[in-house]
Amino acid sequence: MNTIPVVENRIWQPEFECMERSQLEALQVSRLKEAVARCSTLPFYKEKFKEQGITPDSINSLADLRKLPFTLKADLRDNYPLGFLAIPKSQVSRYQGTSGTTGKPTWTAYSASDVERWADLCARFLVSGGLTPEMTVQISFGFGLFTGGFGLHNGIQRVGAGIIPLSSGNSARQVMTMQDLQPEVLICTPSYALKLMDDILKGDIERSSIALQHAHFGGEPWTEEMRERIESGLGIRCWNNYGMAECGGPGIAGECAYRNGMHIQEDQYIFEVIDPDTLEPVAPGEKGEIVVTPLCREAFPILRYRTRDIGIIYDDGDCPCGRTTRRMSRILGRTDDMLIVRGVNVFPSQIETALMQIKDVSPHYMIEVTRPKALDEITVYIEMEPEFFSDSMREMQEIKQRIDTAIFGTTGLHMKIELVNPNTLERFEGKARRVKDLRKLVD
Amino acid sequence: MKIKQISLFLENKPGHLNTICRKLANSNINIVTLSLADTQQFGIVRLIVKDWERAKSVLEEAGHVVNVRDVIAAQVKDVPGGMADIIDAVGAVGVNIEYMYAFSFRKDQDAVLVFRFDDADKAIVELEKIGAKILTSQALFE
Repeated sequence: MNTIPVVENRIWQPEFECMERSQLEALQVSRLKEAVARCSTLPFYKEKFKEQGITPDSINSLADLRKLPFTLKADLRDNYPLGFLAIPKSQVSRYQGTSGTTGKPTWTAYSASDVERWADLCARFLVSGGLTPEMTVQISFGFGLFTGGFGLHNGIQRVGAGIIPLSSGNSARQVMTMQDLQPEVLICTPSYALKLMDDILKGDIERSSIALQHAHFGGEPWTEEMRERIESGLGIRCWNNYGMAECGGPGIAGECAYRNGMHIQEDQYIFEVIDPDTLEPVAPGEKGEIVVTPLCREAFPILRYRTRDIGIIYDDGDCPCGRTTRRMSRILGRTDDMLIVRGVNVFPSQIETALMQIKDVSPHYMIEVTRPKALDEITVYIEMEPEFFSDSMREMQEIKQRIDTAIFGTTGLHMKIELVNPNTLERFEGKARRVKDLRKLVD
Repeated sequence: MKIKQISLFLENKPGHLNTICRKLANSNINIVTLSLADTQQFGIVRLIVKDWERAKSVLEEAGHVVNVRDVIAAQVKDVPGGMADIIDAVGAVGVNIEYMYAFSFRKDQDAVLVFRFDDADKAIVELEKIGAKILTSQALFE
């Protein structure tokens, strides 16, 4: 565990974040009772509760959480648009949603006090990640239904810092704004940060003309190696936080100054880690699917939401920052973007980790899965960089060999490595979509 | 005593080499000689041109990855054994050839062998010992 903070150790709401553990758990139980009461007004839960004889009085300890039903993304879709709305529409303060790839968004709603609490949740990770009221923040998340834009906006406002609501896209304008308004903090997806880093480092831009000190990333999983790459490339600190629209958006967990994983905001959320096949809890410290139960959400309550995110809740003791809350790992993958190739489970993040281990390898890559004959084949496309191009075929083969060895090291699979010309792979302004699974089309 | 060679990364796709040649042609850059090394997935084009700096920037602007390296061009008689003598000389002192290619030199009706050795300076000493003529870029392009 890290015992040296990377920035000053600051805590936004110590009354909750550093609560004595037994008090915290008592608060969780009483809030869970209230959450169950709110849910019992919704047809979706009413029916399930009735079948299983559940009432708010069924909840008397944290262990009772396991009596409650899981909720799936499909349940939200089946109850489209607002089947989980538990307050009168006249009292809804905000709607947000996920940009559904299938056409319709998944909606979520907030009461006025939900919005207030959310602002504090965002303030918690922003402050522990270096934000002070004197700073200026450039928000390069899209402003719209995506919870990232307005969620972070509210959090920054709560801290009292300045906001540039630039939204995503137009990277020339992004960099120009960094030079002209001198923000110290950048908020975007990690893939967009990579693109901006490219533009800054490869363009005629003096690093000293930009004041950036911190970046807070969200919207997609990323890796520790990606963090090192961007931190050393831009000379900034990059911070991780966690959340999903279905449970209220960003701020559900976030890193502290010691960066020992992300502190879960346990006064407002209960986390479980389960085996996605058996639905049983995994052993402490083991990897599994994260299940989230928001405790305070009034407008859109949901119980035991199966996030499909794979992660770990650490079981290695208290963090030196003084918070008493448990910590989670970064997201290691998704149960549903997990590729099963030749019987091996592969997460794209494992391939990314391998690539980032090799010096000078381009951070721009794509993964393609095909089934040319009976066997699945993964091809990793990597852009050529001047730093690792050689006129010697032997050296080029060595580089490919090194990439292959690194990927084999993290995934246990040999993949096809295709080197391509620079700037030919797709760039992403929002969430990166680096995996193309073409197996269905080939079948 | 060395000359500049530029090399390019080449995706193994139809038309890719042609775009490179066309770019150089449009910039009025003549290719003195070239060599292609290829695998199933990608290739390396190595070019000798007079105005290598301009060629490099033209190709980089077109989005190619370009690498510049010093290579040794030895002028030999275009007769049987001309090349064998050179390879014997460097082989005797343990210098390895990374790659080589050859072209005929209009000026003297000779052949020119272009080499990348693993130890260029050691190779030059040996080549000079056997009286091989090592071309400067001036001699090559005048």
